[in-house]
Amino acid sequence: MKRHTQEIAIAAANVVLLLVLAFTVHRFFTAENLADLFLANTPVMLMALGMTAVILTAQIDISVGSIFALCSVVAGIAAKAGAPAPVFLLAAIVTGAACGALNGALTAWGRIPSIVVTLAVMVALRDGLRWGTQGAWVGGLPTSFVRFGMDSQTYTTVVLILTVVMTVGFAWALRNLRAGRMIFATGSNAAAAQQMGINTPRVVFSVFVLLGALTGLAATLNAVRFQQVPSNSGMGMELKVIAAVAVGGAAITGGSATITGTVLGVILLGIIGPALTFLGVSAYWEKALQGAIILVAVSFHALSKHRRKRTAEVAIG
Amino acid sequence: MQTMTVEPQEILRATALTKNYAGVRALRNGSLDLRRGEVNALIGENGAGKSTLTKIITGAVTQDGGELRVFGTVIERNYPNTARTLGISAIYQQPALFPDLTIAENIALAAEQGLPGIRVNWKQRRERAERLLQSVGSDLDPNRLARTLSMAEQQIVEIAKAIAADAKILLMDEPTALLSDREVNNLFELIHKLRAQGVAMVYISHRLDEILTIADRITVLCDGETVAVCNACDVDKPELIQRMVGRSIANIFPKREAPTGDVALQVNRLRQAEVGLHDISFQVRCGEILGFAGLVGSGRTELARTLFGLTPVSADVVVFGNAVTIQSPADAIAAGIAYLPEDRRQHGVILEMPIAQNVSMADLSLVSRNGLIQGCAETELANSYRKRLRVKAPDVHVPAGALSGGNQQKVALARWLATKPKIMILDEPTQGVDVGSKAEIHELIMQLAEQGMAVILISSELPEVMSMSDRIAVFHQGTIAGIVEHKDVTQERLMALAFGHATETVA
Repeated sequence: MKRHTQEIAIAAANVVLLLVLAFTVHRFFTAENLADLFLANTPVMLMALGMTAVILTAQIDISVGSIFALCSVVAGIAAKAGAPAPVFLLAAIVTGAACGALNGALTAWGRIPSIVVTLAVMVALRDGLRWGTQGAWVGGLPTSFVRFGMDSQTYTTVVLILTVVMTVGFAWALRNLRAGRMIFATGSNAAAAQQMGINTPRVVFSVFVLLGALTGLAATLNAVRFQQVPSNSGMGMELKVIAAVAVGGAAITGGSATITGTVLGVILLGIIGPALTFLGVSAYWEKALQGAIILVAVSFHALSKHRRKRTAEVAIG
Repeated sequence: MQTMTVEPQEILRATALTKNYAGVRALRNGSLDLRRGEVNALIGENGAGKSTLTKIITGAVTQDGGELRVFGTVIERNYPNTARTLGISAIYQQPALFPDLTIAENIALAAEQGLPGIRVNWKQRRERAERLLQSVGSDLDPNRLARTLSMAEQQIVEIAKAIAADAKILLMDEPTALLSDREVNNLFELIHKLRAQGVAMVYISHRLDEILTIADRITVLCDGETVAVCNACDVDKPELIQRMVGRSIANIFPKREAPTGDVALQVNRLRQAEVGLHDISFQVRCGEILGFAGLVGSGRTELARTLFGLTPVSADVVVFGNAVTIQSPADAIAAGIAYLPEDRRQHGVILEMPIAQNVSMADLSLVSRNGLIQGCAETELANSYRKRLRVKAPDVHVPAGALSGGNQQKVALARWLATKPKIMILDEPTQGVDVGSKAEIHELIMQLAEQGMAVILISSELPEVMSMSDRIAVFHQGTIAGIVEHKDVTQERLMALAFGHATETVA
């Protein structure tokens, strides 16, 4: 019963924020504003799904912001070269998966800590991209690129359905598929999992590839909202994604996280920013307040976990 | 019942201590008195309250009720620092040294009171460590990193640390659990020495033979209550067991007949230089229990891990007449081999996971269809083993970490039984397990062999391996020094082989 305290607390925080917004800002609950907010946060949501899996295996990936930028540019260049929507979407996903495979292989078989690997990849990709594009944006895109040629409402609906299906599917898979069980086991105790016949390096490799592929998808869904593809998108995105997962109650040491928590974390991080803006908080304070709210959420989790751990120890001792 | 007069000899008295954790009663009437220069053994089943009682004494937790007197003074609230100032030190089953610091630095951390930032006198530190190590009869180099030490050596450093901190009261929680017999003897010599110096010691162990050898007095805990205090010379093993469990167990080690079937596993001249194994040849038949005896580090666990694919080897391993290559645990499981690892909490069970998930983990195909896990099938599987192995748990959805050591071990066993192995390798299956569960695990091992499973039993407890095994392979420095038949086995013979003083024809 106590297991859901974190989710309940974040959900409550979300409700409070939304209520405040409902009573103070009349423009907030308009379909247009909500659709905008949703589309802006879809990439974070999709990447947070993959990040949850990575964090579940006790790893981390801080290169997703850079991978996001690379995939956006790849999608743009492919579209400019005349590739139809399925092809440039696939190109971006494959690019993301390839970056994830690099991260995963170096972490799983190269035995380099993932924070070091992905830090290197983050810097290399970001600066490589800057050098490759000379900072130029990809412009002159065909009309079939923008929203895959759909009108605004259709596009929003399609993305909404896709995001919901993927999120629910992901949560279900993590609980019910053998692969999901292996992810939990690897993150809880890699040495034990290995002795139970689980190929733990392969599990670690796979979650990085998965996160990379999701980043490719997220990048494309984000890029097609605009007429041009910037070469420096996704700046600081890794922090937002990781923060959302952490706020959602995932243990950074692996083995414990829920998709419900992650969804609530994404929502909280998604509405804090606009809420503060609508409430007229100075832009200078906005980031600081965001940080403070994240800190409160994470400490709350740590405290309740500490209490649980102490009661568990007694049962053992 | 107890007089409150403080005898001059008495340095610690705990009276009627109680402790509840979140409604769970861990200790309801824990009493213990400790005299100068004595070894007081604290025994009881897992969950009897031994750890809680020692934690109160070391200041790790505070009691809810009762009284703790140290040197005649009532300690209202005990903190780790208070305990340390009073001269109370503790060493545990798992040494807790800083692996990347040297022995000298580890000792200094326990003893030096100086302010941080003041320049370290390295020479003095080293010399002091050297002196302390000598005083405990060890010639270890104080400059060695703790991570390079064996378990026994680490234990010695822990004791040196306690002496450096000027310990007058030393609590030892299963200090011999990971030591070989020879190392145990060294430790005992050291305990005698400390006793002569007037140090009072609380000695916790599940090994009753050891306790009868080393203890002056024995304090028995049962269900959070001190049920008996007796002189070690007045009691014997059956009596102690009876007091601990409140019932008598006829025979801790059941005797058995020796039926044999086909050769299940044959190993020819196995060599694995990385872990120091060489020239290992043996075979084990269906229905047979082959014991692996030897000192810790002699290659028993290393061989088990190699056979299970944890250290890959391209050796000649023959399973039921077929040569197999085992490069990973998955290969081993496919070949019908199961391995119950030594360190239960580290490798045996995943503590955060429910019992059911722990049971199905080694062969998820048993409870899944097309990669999809069937919750009911999983629960059913776990429940059938819970009943069969008599796992004490309210249901199979509680995390394995909430169970006692013996029951965790049963869960780990259940997982391997679920894979329907032909060959079962058990590495110290009863280490740190309470007496009741221990007998049940022994009984189960017997049953498995009777059902035709080939069992390899690694145990550091000689009586256990002697009474359970049909044959015993004795390891010495990375190879099998000899294999002894059940009828020929004597403790002396095994020890001679383990120390490399004799050779036997390798069967």
